[in-house]
Amino acid sequence: MKARDCRYERARSLQEALDLLHRHGADARLIAGGQSLVPALNLRMAAPDMLIDIGALDELRGIRLADAGGAKRLRIGAMVTHAEIARSRDVALYAPLLSLAVKHVAHAAIRNRGTFGGSIAHADPSAEFPACALALGARMHIASRAETRVVAAEDFFRGLHETAILPGEILIAVDMASIEEGFRPGFAELARRSGDYALVGLALQGKPLRGRTLFEAVAPVFFSVGDRPIFARAAAQILMDASVADDTRIRLAQAALTDDLNPPSDPQASSATRLHLARVLLGRVVAEVLEMGAGESRDA
Amino acid sequence: MLEPITITLSINGLDTVIAVEPRTHLADVLRVQLGLTGTHIGCEHGVCGACTIFLDGATVRACLVLAVQADGCFVETVEGLTEAGDPALLALQEAFCERNALQCGFCTPGMLATAIELLREGRPLSRADIRERISGNYCRCTGYQAIVDAILHAAAKLAELEMA
Ligand SMILES: Cc1cc2nc3c(=O)[nH]c(=O)nc-3n(C[C@H](O)[C@H](O)[C@H](O)COP(=O)(O)OP(=O)(O)OC[C@H]3O[C@@H](n4cnc5c(N)ncnc54)[C@H](O)[C@@H]3O)c2cc1C
Ligand code: FES
Ligand code: FES
Repeated sequence: MKARDCRYERARSLQEALDLLHRHGADARLIAGGQSLVPALNLRMAAPDMLIDIGALDELRGIRLADAGGAKRLRIGAMVTHAEIARSRDVALYAPLLSLAVKHVAHAAIRNRGTFGGSIAHADPSAEFPACALALGARMHIASRAETRVVAAEDFFRGLHETAILPGEILIAVDMASIEEGFRPGFAELARRSGDYALVGLALQGKPLRGRTLFEAVAPVFFSVGDRPIFARAAAQILMDASVADDTRIRLAQAALTDDLNPPSDPQASSATRLHLARVLLGRVVAEVLEMGAGESRDA
Repeated sequence: MLEPITITLSINGLDTVIAVEPRTHLADVLRVQLGLTGTHIGCEHGVCGACTIFLDGATVRACLVLAVQADGCFVETVEGLTEAGDPALLALQEAFCERNALQCGFCTPGMLATAIELLREGRPLSRADIRERISGNYCRCTGYQAIVDAILHAAAKLAELEMA
């Protein structure tokens, strides 16, 4: 199908983009990499009167390491592409969870254009980066004509394609604390075809205690199991509970996912299948992060 | 219809000034306005890969780039890569013939673009690497096996050329 008629303006600065958004109000839509928006335009699931292209804004580019009072933070500009994330040494060193996740985001030609900020702002419940942002406790930097505000990932994702970004605002960057000593990332997803959106996925970062199944800290975030990425608190509690026996901890954490998740059923998979697959992924990712041999973990 | 916007594209080395509607994607501009029908259109929502071309040296889905977004960019299509005698393309063309890696040919331009980008990385390739990379390109004829064979074959030929 073909997109509906619309107007188009390429902003030359962040200020100009914000002014254009202000002027055109609800009739306008931002376009970044276009890898989610253009399919929606072509299918006429979206038909804005006006497209404001933020693709040329230098203010939204670049991956930078900032030193905030001795603590390193990695700042990723909204227009950084998935391909740039995949190539970045700084991302691999300071936010390695993203390097693991990016391999699962769409296909090479889409990764060459799709942007990190677009993925966060689009907030698809099956997308990898929103789940990583939540697991890493990332902060979203959102600009309006009046100010730039910072929103924590846990307050940012509000529902299906719904975020804390208000009309007239632009997501300009995402930043996160660099990975701390002893912490390890883990990532896995199940999809019918490599590069497709996941049936179920898990992004996790944690600090395991050597030789045990116990974590000092752990953040398991599931995606494609609800209307937004979901932090599995009950499972995390068990993985951090020293009073639980080492050889039953993973199994109990898997069982606890019943409390954390209530996945929807759709033509791709039933709720029960998704819950089962979430348990399988938790077992696999935890085993990988603990560097256990294949035999030591059991699929649920 | 709204006022078209005039853009400049370098298409296969030729500077082209053309008026486009903002809603029109690059694949339609290439095919309908410029007659470059080597870029195929299957799905128009990014899933099939038939429209894969090079934009500023990297592969993109031509159906997912609005032509206005590409103003000032370098476009390379299968026609241009053929004329330029791109070494990776030559190796692939021979290998695709030799290994019967196409039947109807609908997926072929997109497969070639995807494979060229992979071969240009110049690293050793396994069948799994190739399968992973072409996972975004549908072929409804060959069953993929022959395409993987051909890309492996082309990679070996290119490596030989490099050694020589
Ligand atoms: C075949 C296919 C498979 C895909 N598979 C996956 C996958 O497995 N996982 C995955 O995560 N994604 C997948 N995607 C989507 C892809 O990752 C997109 O790149 C991403 O979702 C959106 O980024 P974009 O830059 O293309 O945004 P656009 O399409 O340009 O924009 C998307 C939305 O976000 C808004 N927006 C964009 N940038 C900003 C900003 N800075 N501030 C405020 N609002 C903004 C836009 O207005 C629009 O509503 C797939 C896409 C296709 C076509
Ligand atoms: S036509 Fe562009 S991906 Fe199918
Ligand atoms: S050769 Fe017919 S679709 Fe691939």
